[in-house]
Amino acid sequence: MELSGSQIVIEELKANGVEIAFGIPGGAIMPFYDEIMKSEFPHILTRHEQGATHMADGYARVSGKVAAVITTSGPGATNTITGLCNAQMDSSPIVAITGQVATPTIGTDAFQEADTYGCSIPVTKHNWLVKDVRELQGVVREAVRVATTGRPGPVVIDFPKDVQVAMTEYNPLEKTETALSAEPVFRIPEPDTKAIERLLEELERSEKPVIIAGAGIIKGGAAAELAEFARSAEIPVINTLLGMGGFPGSDPLFLGMPGMHGTAYANMALCECDLLINLGGRFDDRVTGKVAEFAPGATIVHVDIDAAELGKRVETDIPILADVRDVLALLNTQARKKDRQAWLGKVEAWKRDYPLQYDWDGSIKPQYVIEQIQEVSEGEGTYISGVGQHQMWAAQYLRFNEPNSWVSSGGLGTMGFGLPASIGAKVGRPDREVWLIDGDGSFSMSLVELATAATYNIPVKIAILNNNYLGMVRQWQELFFEKRYSHVHFPKSPDFAKIAEGYGVRGFDVKDVDQVRSTLEQAAEIDGPVVMNFHVNQEENVWPMVPSGAGNHEMQLGPQSTEKLT
Amino acid sequence: MPNNDQNNGDEEIHTFAVLVENKFGVLAKVASLFSARGYNIDSLCVGVTQDPSVSRITLVTSGDINILEQIRKQLSKLIDTIKVLELDDKETAERELVLIKVSAPKDKRSEVLQIVEIFRARTIDISNDALIIEVTGDEGKIGAMLELLRPYGIKEIARTGKVGLSRGAKTLKGLKN
Repeated sequence: MELSGSQIVIEELKANGVEIAFGIPGGAIMPFYDEIMKSEFPHILTRHEQGATHMADGYARVSGKVAAVITTSGPGATNTITGLCNAQMDSSPIVAITGQVATPTIGTDAFQEADTYGCSIPVTKHNWLVKDVRELQGVVREAVRVATTGRPGPVVIDFPKDVQVAMTEYNPLEKTETALSAEPVFRIPEPDTKAIERLLEELERSEKPVIIAGAGIIKGGAAAELAEFARSAEIPVINTLLGMGGFPGSDPLFLGMPGMHGTAYANMALCECDLLINLGGRFDDRVTGKVAEFAPGATIVHVDIDAAELGKRVETDIPILADVRDVLALLNTQARKKDRQAWLGKVEAWKRDYPLQYDWDGSIKPQYVIEQIQEVSEGEGTYISGVGQHQMWAAQYLRFNEPNSWVSSGGLGTMGFGLPASIGAKVGRPDREVWLIDGDGSFSMSLVELATAATYNIPVKIAILNNNYLGMVRQWQELFFEKRYSHVHFPKSPDFAKIAEGYGVRGFDVKDVDQVRSTLEQAAEIDGPVVMNFHVNQEENVWPMVPSGAGNHEMQLGPQSTEKLT
Repeated sequence: MPNNDQNNGDEEIHTFAVLVENKFGVLAKVASLFSARGYNIDSLCVGVTQDPSVSRITLVTSGDINILEQIRKQLSKLIDTIKVLELDDKETAERELVLIKVSAPKDKRSEVLQIVEIFRARTIDISNDALIIEVTGDEGKIGAMLELLRPYGIKEIARTGKVGLSRGAKTLKGLKN
């Protein structure tokens, strides 16, 4: 049968498991939008294209499925760049379809023309500009496959207006050719048996092993395998920021987060371990601190599905290029138990002696709000954060017991990620309550998407930990710039509860610590989005902290502490 | 040791041969990979292969051993890349073509022409006070010739960049490494 380019894209999205789109129409994408309406393809109209990308990102992270983002040309497309970059850094799949001016006018500085192909090269896993309608079928198929295979990532299909309406013969069953170059990208490497043997030998020798489990555990669906391995071999597990939920937070072997704002006991374990097994993490600089002083006495094993991550930042003794789940499956059949009570006892003592803690002074402490969210939601929710101090407190004080229950912007650290990601997360897993923990600065960067939450009645529970500051920057200025608070204060913070009401969303303003619990309980009962503006202690800092560029052993535990971990 | 805290040792010059899809935008992706990391491309040469759907890029770059390893992996990671090979000097036949416009007034012309002859280069343009010389060869030959011509006054140089093929029957084909 003969179909238009727009119809082919819809057919191929459906056939390849894309169930929903987030986007905004505009001039150069109108023929495609006409087809979206006619075909009744599920679509959520957002208020900003960046919001659409974060929604697709949040959707993917909780559901494991890929969503489409649809925008017009020019500003519509350039507005996606931050969201694409965010997804690229955190390995989240997105298929973005951007309208483009008609092919004869490309390159003439036409109205709303931008070089989307060029702009998106560094922020995508791959991208296409489709100039011939006959290529579309193959491109859409390959786009979904590239986005979701191996290390996932965002892709862009730039879709000129004349190609959207051009007609061509379409057979849904037709086999399209995969490019010679793309084939190996789709082949998942088998774990090298020699490397696995070496790992098993090291494991048998090791008296003080530690696992760092990254987002690869979650994306690779290996949480059950990890739990089996860690428990049977009795190895303590550290979760990276994005790896949270990959190992049960309630397990006695769980050590929390490593690095800059990690737990003291995680960093102590890293400093003292003799074997470090990194499963699907990428040794981010926030994790390692000063590389030369990272896990100084350890044999380092790194399992990653991306060859370019192996040996990139940390010298690795046993690199294993493979799907982490395949590796864990092998380990679970071969690893032998070894008695390491001395090490486990030591780790247990660190956990007891250096717990996460904060002081009471009658004000609303942000950590307290997070603990209360944990209790009210019984740890059964999906938790989202923006970027800043609140993000670190959330990662420290929430307990994640399931994979895909935590969504945060790790690599890029995109303020404004929280609200749209929450909306996407609720759409992706409607059965779970969604709680957004955000900061006043971060929330302000994308609060326009309250309109989207209101329009579709997407019940996200938004807790703003409002300290009238860009808190993380203020903390650094306090500690490293002698309290010179350069442009971080918001003396006139808006009344977020009123703003919410303006969008048709229930709003609460909370100034009294006694109202925290009851407000959260009320919010949980409301069938719709809710904004809670918690006026928290303005100068609360995130502890512990490893100063930027220092080794993890130089962690500072609190404001008064001069104690160094050695 | 690969880390960002200290200097990682000696700079090395490496030549990569990369087979890529012959499509628009592929070169931009290769170049973007370098610019995104602040790595320099010393020379770059692109042309279509015996298979018209495949282009061959010969790329000379420099960096310490970890940077070069990262470049190789990032090149391999590009979806449009078919194969990446590091060309080893000893096992590679490599050539570059250079056009040199050298000052050669009448009284110096015969000296310059003698150099051209010794290097088996060619004179492809002649005027009253300058010559254009075409020379093909490996790095050593071209470097030596430029050295000898410099005293006469080199006015302009155009270089193709290096191309190379592995010696013997070995070819760059098949799948990504």
